Amino acid sequence: MSGGPVLILGGRSDIGLAAARRFAAAGHPIQLAARNAESLQAARTDIEIRYGVPVTLHEFDALDTGSHARFVDSLNILPNIAVCAVGVLGDQKEGERECTSAILVMRSNYEGPVAILSELANRFETRGSGTLVGISSVAGERGRASNYIYGSAKAGFSAFLSGLRNRLSGSGVHVVTVLPGFVATRMTEGMDLPPRLTAQPEDVAAAILRAVEKQKNVVYVRPVWRLVMAVIRNIPEPIFRRMRI
Amino acid sequence: MPRMTMLSGWGRFPKLHCKVSRPRTEADLRNLLAEGSLIARGNGRAYGDSALNTRATADMRQFNHMLAFDAETGQLTAEAGVMLGDVIAAFLPRGWFPPVTPGTQFVTLGGMIAADVHGKNHHRHGSFGNFVDWIDVMQADGEILRCSPDDNRDLFEWTIGGMGLTGIILRAAFRLSRVETGWVKQTVIPTADLESTMTAFEAAQDATYSVAWIDCLSSGTRLGRSLLLLGEHASRGELSAAAQANPFAILNRRKLAIAFDMPSILHAVPLARAFNALHHWRGAAGTRSRLVDWYRYFYPLDAIPGWNRLYGREGLIQFQCVLPLDRSRQGLHVLLGAIAASRQAPLLAVLKRMGRQDSRFSFPMEGYTLALDFPATPAVLELLKRLDRIAIEHGGRFYLAKDSRMAAATFRASEPRLPEFLAMRAEKGRAQAFASAQSERLGL
Repeated sequence: MSGGPVLILGGRSDIGLAAARRFAAAGHPIQLAARNAESLQAARTDIEIRYGVPVTLHEFDALDTGSHARFVDSLNILPNIAVCAVGVLGDQKEGERECTSAILVMRSNYEGPVAILSELANRFETRGSGTLVGISSVAGERGRASNYIYGSAKAGFSAFLSGLRNRLSGSGVHVVTVLPGFVATRMTEGMDLPPRLTAQPEDVAAAILRAVEKQKNVVYVRPVWRLVMAVIRNIPEPIFRRMRI
Repeated sequence: MPRMTMLSGWGRFPKLHCKVSRPRTEADLRNLLAEGSLIARGNGRAYGDSALNTRATADMRQFNHMLAFDAETGQLTAEAGVMLGDVIAAFLPRGWFPPVTPGTQFVTLGGMIAADVHGKNHHRHGSFGNFVDWIDVMQADGEILRCSPDDNRDLFEWTIGGMGLTGIILRAAFRLSRVETGWVKQTVIPTADLESTMTAFEAAQDATYSVAWIDCLSSGTRLGRSLLLLGEHASRGELSAAAQANPFAILNRRKLAIAFDMPSILHAVPLARAFNALHHWRGAAGTRSRLVDWYRYFYPLDAIPGWNRLYGREGLIQFQCVLPLDRSRQGLHVLLGAIAASRQAPLLAVLKRMGRQDSRFSFPMEGYTLALDFPATPAVLELLKRLDRIAIEHGGRFYLAKDSRMAAATFRASEPRLPEFLAMRAEKGRAQAFASAQSERLGL
């Protein structure tokens, strides 16, 4: 198996790294992009040893949107597939008190990912091929008291991905929205997650690869989430308002 | 961020509420050490409480990078949390295989070193430690020492088989072995009793792999009757044309998961019947060889995720001892006799001839090792105390990676190397910094 290069945006995140490994195992060269990219040397060597594919490191700051065009220019080759695993969960309580904290969550989960995927979308469109993968969240499907700042940014991101997919339909460029549900990562460490609803980063990575290969539009990593979210979305607001979930 | 989690080894006995953290950096480990004693845990495949510490268990699986590979020598450098299965997935297609492997590929490099695991080739190649070139070990004060046969030799020798009690194994370099294919040529030899089983083992000293499956329901003249399984890595020319095209691939792997606890009443009897049928059939068919893929040969139980749940809610206990060569015949007779008399049939009973090994604290020694799987019932616990005594009376010792219930006095009586081990533990604050439920139970 082999294929074109895969760009991982947010190459330090657990999901990003798991995706890198999964695509490398399928024979794709990997471009790992993150802040402080040099510190990903160990991950790079690891992937090269395990899968025998070339891995390159690229300095990338999702929040520095002005640099994104230059960043894409600087890539050794325009990738066939780009996976955006950029995002932060943030602290909801702190976000309620501190506007700056909330804004950072919004920018990291919406502005940054949207800016870089827009840039890549235009280049892919010009070329007439490619797949963009956005890791959004089920938290974006309905705002809840416990994480609505994060959720609102992810809601925006999901809407962006949906619109982008619509726009690029027929252009040869495909857009995949991934809704992982709970994932056991650094982001959720220490949280009490229900085991049956919680995926491993490797599960997310496998779902991404499958979705790319089969040109899926919106994928839930664990199918049960489709049901869970359908229920949550359809609870009437007067009732939902008083719920604590 | 640490979490309280109900944790156990692979045998699911005992289960302890442990504070588990998932460190990612050496700094995280130093912070943990500053808080008090801990034990490093790999993939939790030791059967008992070797990798449990209620106050601090450090899940090392985030340290999972392969760091370097030398395609000339086969030397792989990797972090302690790298899984054996990942090593095979990466290197078997390139013609390399682990030089020594336990019965599951779901073990970490750190765990393999700490338990100094052995495999079916121990009589020829020794334990895993034989293939380790160096180890980086974090000491109680956070300092990292690289140890090898040339540098910090004492620490190197104690760490191999030291059950994580010499420090935190961070990374190591070890040598893979060349193989031409992913297939093993297996020969099955049915034997009538213990005497003929041992004779067959001694006659098969040149075989690369050897292990016997004992029928523990038989007694009297059939005591110790077995199926002796021998194996050789197959060469390319021995494969069928279809397999030669892709000599490292596996054809038609099936997975079967056990998602519930098997009621205890269903234990043993069906498997014992299957054994009888197989033994009879093999006996009629005579000795012959066939090709088996590496996965089915080395890791048949890995195809059944959660097979430990077959033993029911109580969990499972494995008993494994080794007897010195000159006392093996008599000792095995007494052990198997005691098992047959107890009517507590183990679900699985495995016998293996071990080769020479001189090590500071590792389990193997030249002789015969017997491994038995039982459900963890009170009657079994009583039987195991008898087996402990028999093993000690015959100069035997016990495999800590399998132990979950031995008394400190039992272990002490079996282990003349213990005083030196304790002296090593007393140095550099090791005893205060590194401890497991097992080390506390056994006074290590």
